[in-house]
Amino acid sequence: MEFLQQLVNGVSLGSIYALIALGYTMVYGIVKLINFAHGDVFMVGAFIGFYSITILDLGFFPSLLISMVTCAILGVLIERIAYKPLRNATRIAALITAIGVSLLIEYGVIYVRGAQPEAYPGDLIPATSIDFLGVKVSSQSLMILGTSVVLMVLLQFIVHKTKIGKAMRAVSYDMDAARLMGINVNNTISATFAIGSALAGAAGVAFGMYYTKIEPLMGIIPGLKAFVAAVLGGIGIIPGAMVGGLLLGVIESLVSAAGFSLWRDGVAFVVLILILIFRPAGLFGKNVREKV
Amino acid sequence: MRKKKLAGIFMSFMMAAGVLAGCNSSSTSGEKDGETIKIGANLELSGGVASYGQSIEEGLKLAIEEINKEGIDGKKLELVTFDNKSDAAEATNGAIKLISQDKVSAIIGAATSTNTLAQVEIAQKNKTPLITPTGTNSTITFKDGVLNDFVFRTCFIDPFQGTVAANFASKDLKVKNAAIIIDSSSDYSKGLASSFQKSFESSGGKVVAEEAYVAKDTDFNAILTNIKAKNPEFVFLPGFYEEVGLIIKQARALGINVPIMGGDGWDSPTLVDIAGAGSLNNTYITNHYSSGDSDPKVQDFVKAFQGKYKDKSPDAFAALGYDTAYFLADAIKRAGSGDPEKIRKALEETDGLAVVSGNLKVNENHDQVKAAVILEYKEGKQEFNTKVNP
Repeated sequence: MEFLQQLVNGVSLGSIYALIALGYTMVYGIVKLINFAHGDVFMVGAFIGFYSITILDLGFFPSLLISMVTCAILGVLIERIAYKPLRNATRIAALITAIGVSLLIEYGVIYVRGAQPEAYPGDLIPATSIDFLGVKVSSQSLMILGTSVVLMVLLQFIVHKTKIGKAMRAVSYDMDAARLMGINVNNTISATFAIGSALAGAAGVAFGMYYTKIEPLMGIIPGLKAFVAAVLGGIGIIPGAMVGGLLLGVIESLVSAAGFSLWRDGVAFVVLILILIFRPAGLFGKNVREKV
Repeated sequence: MRKKKLAGIFMSFMMAAGVLAGCNSSSTSGEKDGETIKIGANLELSGGVASYGQSIEEGLKLAIEEINKEGIDGKKLELVTFDNKSDAAEATNGAIKLISQDKVSAIIGAATSTNTLAQVEIAQKNKTPLITPTGTNSTITFKDGVLNDFVFRTCFIDPFQGTVAANFASKDLKVKNAAIIIDSSSDYSKGLASSFQKSFESSGGKVVAEEAYVAKDTDFNAILTNIKAKNPEFVFLPGFYEEVGLIIKQARALGINVPIMGGDGWDSPTLVDIAGAGSLNNTYITNHYSSGDSDPKVQDFVKAFQGKYKDKSPDAFAALGYDTAYFLADAIKRAGSGDPEKIRKALEETDGLAVVSGNLKVNENHDQVKAAVILEYKEGKQEFNTKVNP
């Protein structure tokens, strides 16, 4: 029974990672850039959600929407200002820029509002626990899991069934050829960043609801873990990010359950190293053409 | 080139003006020499733990106002404040500035153990008394068998809190087995945990589970599930409010409904926001003082504080800041002058001075032997439970 409970703990932790990893993997799939600022967009999303709940007095879903829209705009701005001028530069230059953007957002937020933590109001979504076979599942973790699954399906739909999705896949496959075919590459990349960042915003609000506490540096560790999750599932592959996130959450919970709670973060990165050595393309990494 | 030169000249003028202005403000502030005694306050007025420093400053200012009504043998106290920005390096700079520029007779501060430790060497070298209102780490005054003879504190020390919590658990709550959750990145937490374990086991209790986390973790479900499986009757959780709030919230959601107890690190309004008032029911902390204590001395202080600060309820930091001013004023009175060495001697001889947070008595390690209070959280409010004398 205890093992089952730990599995449930792991899945609810993992669904947060999965939610962040979806955006990571999408951006990587299109521009081959590891957007380290993604974790900080997640943080900004959490704060925007918080302020629209407390200051504008809105409910959960309107706040979620506002946060997603603002983060989408922020994502596009980041891409246009910081990454676009470097599109033909070396990948390491873009990577370093991404780290710079990440620090800029973190300390910009601290400059504007200080470093003190904020607590999400607890009465937006009833926090009841459901007893199932002696295992306690909180309604909030079910909500987060549900949100990630729905968003993943939606993403798959956008990428595979819509015109913009087709454009994304084309740009991902060959940017120059796509341009020759009359696809507006700049708009397609912006759309990718917008969707990815909106997902990060949603994850931020969900995180705030579930864990209550938000602060300006909250994006760093979940961002890195989501990166591990994305690589674990195969970076650039949408279902891979989902599975990678859940798997990582379960691994971490089981490590803590075995009495090594202080090793938990270490193990997450050991997983990254192992996967890079033995299966660099990730668990879902066979199907190269489906990258998006 | 020319522009640069001009700018350079301009800059040096500005800097000179700044230095002069600085001199000006420090020399005009006192009345006549010999009639005021300068006291430095080196506090966390901004930065990460700003709320601690601000509370202490409020308490200090109130006390000095009261003391100056009568004066100490006709002399008045003058407070020189320095904001160390919650940073240890700044705290060191502050101690140097207060001693060498402002020529204070004693320094009060800082709020945290780390920022106090950063000033100890300066105070010792310059033979200036340093009193921390709330630095509970035992190495501040006494380390490796060496006493820092110019350093004092107004609060009790960490091991005492753990002992008080253990006695409360075994005698008042009558629990037989307990679980401990430690913040392994904090010496404060480890110190409290080990003294709790020692006292709890010596009074016949048993520690059935011990789990650890590090600061800034957010998900504690896995370790809490382990603890739940051991069925403890009590959980000891010495940590700081950010993580403690999350742990309590997640513990209650997993169905751990036993009493949870911690130390003064919980004491912040943010704790209630994070954990939620409902989850905090059936939790206790050890603290320095409670505004709900019926002791007339406490009630007079609360009334005076609320009169000065618009009905704000004084927390433990404000009370200890207030007490520190009286601790020092009493010593200055007995020393008969602002001479740092005489003040040091008088501070050392303090025995049984009644202040808001109990009776001050300095022992051979320069620690205080004084009472702790136990507070219970009820619907998000701290309520006075008992007072424990050492």
